[in-house]
Parts: sequence; C-alpha cells; structure tokens
Amino acid sequence: MYGTLRTFDSSLSDEFRRLEREVDQLFGSGSWPNSIRAAARGAYPPINVGSTPTQVDVYLFAAGIDQKSVDVSIQQNLLTVAGERKLEVREGVDYYRKERFDGAFRRALTLPEDVDPDKVDARYKDGVLHISIQRREAVKPRQIEIK
Amino acid sequence: MTEKKDVKTQESKTVQQAGQDERVIRPPVDIYEDVAGITLQADMPGVPKDRLNIHVDKDMLSIAGDAFIDTPEGMDALYADVIVTRYQRSFSLSGELDGTKVDASLKDGVLTLHIPKREEHKPRKIEVRVG
Repeated sequence: MYGTLRTFDSSLSDEFRRLEREVDQLFGSGSWPNSIRAAARGAYPPINVGSTPTQVDVYLFAAGIDQKSVDVSIQQNLLTVAGERKLEVREGVDYYRKERFDGAFRRALTLPEDVDPDKVDARYKDGVLHISIQRREAVKPRQIEIK
Repeated sequence: MTEKKDVKTQESKTVQQAGQDERVIRPPVDIYEDVAGITLQADMPGVPKDRLNIHVDKDMLSIAGDAFIDTPEGMDALYADVIVTRYQRSFSLSGELDGTKVDASLKDGVLTLHIPKREEHKPRKIEVRVG
C-alpha cells in the first residue's frame, strides 16, 4: 500500500486558492471569454467595458489619481491606460491598514474592431475615468431599401 | 497643547440597511493613527457626495456609498470587473475615539475620515517640577 505523504497538508495559501476558485465558480468568471491581454483577477484599476451601436465606453475605477499622470493611448483597437497613483504616506504615524493600491499601473484591452481611434473622449469624475470611443459610421447597421 | 477644532459631524440616521443577500464591495482602506486621532481613507470610485452615507452608532462606524456610473442608453456589457455598485464597510471604534466629531471629506472617489480622540485621552505632557 502506498501511504499518502501529504494527506492533511492544507496551508493557508492553499485555502485562499481554494476559496478563490470557489468564488470564481460562484460568480461565474467564465461568463466572459478571456482575452489574451486579460489581467488576473484583482488587477488595478478594475475596468468595465460597454458598447452601443454608436460607441464603446470604457470605465476605469481609479479613485484619487492625478489626471496628469494618466496616459491614455489607442492604437487601432488596442486601448492602453497607464499611470501612477502615488499615495501620500505620513511619517511618524502608526499604520494599521494599508490596503489601497499604491504605484504604477497599466492596463491594455482590445476593443471591437470598428472603433475610430480619432474619436476618443476621456473624462475623470468621482474617481472614475470614462473613455468613450466612437465607432465608425460605415459599420453601423443601415436599412437597405428594396426597389 | 491641543485645541478643540470645530469639526463637522456627518451623522446620518437614514443609512439604508442593506439586505443580507445583497452583494457589496468592501472598499480598500488605509488607516493610521497620530496623537490627534485616527484617519481612515477608503477608495470608493464612482460615488458622488450625495450618495455617500457615513453613520456612527455608538461604537460602530459604517461607511456606505452607491456608485453612479453614467452609461449611455441601451449599453451592452462587454466586460466587467465591477459588477456591484454598492460599497459598504464598518469598523468598531474604541472608547477613546469621539464618534460624534467625525470629519469626512470626499475627493475623486477617495473618502477621508478623521476620528478625533476624546480630549481626556489625548497624550499630555507631564511637567516635572524641580523640588
């Protein structure tokens, strides 16, 4: 008989990994196909992307960032947002928690192919960076008249 | 010497009790302490001032907020990291903190709370007299 070497080996990190898997199953991380550039869960800042027939809207949930430090660029249909969030760290005080993101970030995402890289609008409000990209006219659905 | 600051109290009695099954985002926080009290900073992107609720009940500090995202009509979600728009988190305050004098400010989705220590709990310098 072969004895099992690590029958009850369950370290804390294993437990976390198990929990993460279960949460993924519960909340259906599989409901969206993974993009090749998709970042791992928990990447900063979180992003939502929505589309309408006329435009694609990207929302980055990045509170307290300096607008000037953010670089938004679009190449064809690849949107890249890079920046830095520098938190003011107080000297001579006792920190109990430091959970907020601090440092440089970069996220890239592939948008639908019909976006027009010349028609991009970005606004920052209440800690959310909202980028709207217009879609090209030609691909909008058109009514074809039957003669 | 510590002077008594005139701080605004943002106490709200109308904080909505979220249902147990309602999913919320637990906002990440930084908390530090100095001689004057405790400072808490929380990331709540998308929450405007009028949708923020800070509630102190005895020794329980609750922060809650609803994100308002301006979406065009008929939008389809292509991808979403954020699927819940309600933030909620609470903390218990210890007795030396004065929950009635909490000062709150919100800027670009970052909530900053100052919770002062009660006067009698602030460190005092004891003078040693030369005998």
